[in-house]
Amino acid sequence: MNIADMVNVLNARILCGEDRLETKVYTACCSDLMSDVLAFVNEKTVLITGLTNPHVLRTADMLDLKCLVYARGKVPGDEILEQAEEQGLVVITTKETAFTACGLLYEAGLRGVPIEWPESEARP
Amino acid sequence: MSTLLHAEYPVDAEDYTRAGEASADIKRKLKQLGVSAQVLRRVAVASYEVELNLVIHSMGGTLTLEVSPERVRLISADRGPGIPNVELAMREGWSTANETARSLGFGAGMGLPNMKRNADEFDIESEVGRGTTIRMGFLLG
Repeated sequence: MNIADMVNVLNARILCGEDRLETKVYTACCSDLMSDVLAFVNEKTVLITGLTNPHVLRTADMLDLKCLVYARGKVPGDEILEQAEEQGLVVITTKETAFTACGLLYEAGLRGVPIEWPESEARP
Repeated sequence: MSTLLHAEYPVDAEDYTRAGEASADIKRKLKQLGVSAQVLRRVAVASYEVELNLVIHSMGGTLTLEVSPERVRLISADRGPGIPNVELAMREGWSTANETARSLGFGAGMGLPNMKRNADEFDIESEVGRGTTIRMGFLLG
């Protein structure tokens, strides 16, 4: 699926990166915990979050993410969107809650980011 | 061993606004040196985590980047307060972060484990009242 497909599925509004909607996304992660995102997410993943502070962008920058989805109609400030544009991120916002947004994307075929469990750590 | 790059970044305690700037610069510099995307991502994640730890937990410190042809090294050295129980601090989910850090999406107790997972070499020394030093190495090539 590409970002344009996600926009359709979520009936989302594009906040920045309109020229990059053809970018493909392979997996998804929904979290407000940036440390979890830093632990498990890779650059092919779309991040669904409700957190609108600059650390989401810094996290996205560290991981080379391509797309952020804000749930529950959240819209970050202009400064954040300018920074996102600079980073080449596509940012979209949907009126759906995070749970419903995830459900819709899952139904459309998108799957969660696979987690590799190191041998040293017991699987719960 | 020849050094290709050496840079030091002072990091202030509780400076949440600038937290991450050093890591962004480190990532940019390593990219310019032609470090592979895979290593770059691991360094960036570990660097961001350690920089946030300095902001959230320390009384201020310095993040140092050293690049040789063999490895990227990141060294975080702070002025205290030190970690009373390093074994506990290394455990996933253990956190002593305050509400401010948590409200920004951090303090989930993933920082140190994330660093260890991403680095090829990881070493932590801490003494209460003196401070904490974390050394990480990432092999190149």
